[in-house]
Amino acid sequence: MKYTQGKYILLKKQTLAKQIYDFTILCPDIAQVACEGQFIHVLPQGFSLRRPISICEINKEQGTLRIVFDAKGDGTKALADIPQGGAIDVVGPLGHGFTLSEKENKVVIVGGGIGVPPLLPLAQHYGENATVILGFRSADAVILKKDFEATGAKVIVCTDDGSADVHGLVTGPLSDELSGASAVLSCGPIPMLKAIAKLSEENGVPCQVSLEERMGCGVGACLVCACKVQKEGQEKFGHVCKDGPVFDSKEVIW
Amino acid sequence: MADLSVKVAGVDFKNPVIPASGVFGYGREYEEFYPLSKLGGIATKGTTGQLRTGNLSPRIAETPMGMLNSVGLQNPGIDKFIETELPNLMTKDTVIIANIAGSTPEECAEVAAKLDNTDVHMIELNISCPNVKQGGAAFGVSCEGASAVTSLVRKSTKKPLIVKLSPNVTDIASIAKAVEAEGADAVSLINTLLGMRIDIKTRRPVLRNNCGGMSGPAIFPVAVRMVWQVANAVNIPVIGMGGISSGRDAIEMMMAGASAVQVGAAIITNPFAPINIIDEMNEFLDENKIKSVSEIIGTVQPW
Repeated sequence: MKYTQGKYILLKKQTLAKQIYDFTILCPDIAQVACEGQFIHVLPQGFSLRRPISICEINKEQGTLRIVFDAKGDGTKALADIPQGGAIDVVGPLGHGFTLSEKENKVVIVGGGIGVPPLLPLAQHYGENATVILGFRSADAVILKKDFEATGAKVIVCTDDGSADVHGLVTGPLSDELSGASAVLSCGPIPMLKAIAKLSEENGVPCQVSLEERMGCGVGACLVCACKVQKEGQEKFGHVCKDGPVFDSKEVIW
Repeated sequence: MADLSVKVAGVDFKNPVIPASGVFGYGREYEEFYPLSKLGGIATKGTTGQLRTGNLSPRIAETPMGMLNSVGLQNPGIDKFIETELPNLMTKDTVIIANIAGSTPEECAEVAAKLDNTDVHMIELNISCPNVKQGGAAFGVSCEGASAVTSLVRKSTKKPLIVKLSPNVTDIASIAKAVEAEGADAVSLINTLLGMRIDIKTRRPVLRNNCGGMSGPAIFPVAVRMVWQVANAVNIPVIGMGGISSGRDAIEMMMAGASAVQVGAAIITNPFAPINIIDEMNEFLDENKIKSVSEIIGTVQPW
């Protein structure tokens, strides 16, 4: 049995920025088998569809998973209303995550907005061999900066409006950091991922991207979260929940 | 423990709970949650004559107490299904119902004929898909269309044949009678109700296909009504579905006249839905001292 469904305890709840919630869930059976880049499928009470939320931290010893999400819709708002100590209905761990190499390899990790949380376990793996470039709208939207710095990675924060750190897009610092990198690992909005993939490919650095799509079952059965990919020269629909969320950027048809 | 076994069109089911076609793939994913042998049966993902890639995303939208989907019959085609999925399914100790579809009656018949040479237990014919020869209207929206496709499929297979009815019609009982007259061994209903959602900020439909099929608890009362009407109109067994999400819903559907039930959207909400439904049916029967679930079929006492 690879997947588990159950109601688990929300051990710790805090907000990181406006509408951005940080949950620590006690779910030892799921935490034990979870991998970097996978997600959990969480059911807001009174809704029919679960919400896929990527895993931000895996603590196998304590049996906990951390998720960070933006309460921007009715479903995620209902999740945000769950009190600390309350129960949360989780299916997981799901999806094909990031493919990691030896931690001695130099990598560049690039995230944007609410795409940043699933990258934290990658920085924890590569530590000081990782350069992390995080993009946000403005200073008040910056999240997890300290968590990334604690991993020993070099952290560069960019803001669209220049209200914090580097003024501009993540692709600016990325082009400076690509030389000698063995991989680029990224998650964020589609236009950003597309630009990162292009830049990485031009520089001959393999790039992995974590995608998002409206999802149903989360396990690859209902086939709703289709995205266009090319495999062995053939164009076809892949499914974000099972073939992804993480794809080799060369497979993705943008 | 009550006796949950039922017989539908000569086929024995250990219990009346069947994951509906479309939500359950070919069972592989759900086997990672529980053994498939716990299920009464499995209706497999709709299979057509050739590979179909399906519609563009988004293919799903949430609705109050339900959802809309427009997958577009994505499937690898009948040959691949028979070669790579069916042999595995046949080892799972549960009734395997191959759901089939096509753009023409001939395509449906060809798919059924290929299944006739396999060990599959039953065939479920989806008549809600567009008939390209009839200007794209679904076979299932007229008695003539439903009769024509059922007749051709009936001639191409000896397997027990279930015809899955569309609710997007004026009088579903007359369609049921039409397919019964052409030799259907059972009917299953309801397929999804056509629906639409619009994103009011972008003024675009939420589904890339504009419209889609609505399912989930919101449609349950419509399904109960239609199952009741059809069960009163035909002499063949009825498999009830549409928004069933609890054991009580399943019991209600059987009292309306269903000999077995299918569960679709509820599995998206909770992968364990069919297992929970089986447990809850057992509890209800025990509490009410009903020895066998088949005793309750069609026992509603209308005013």
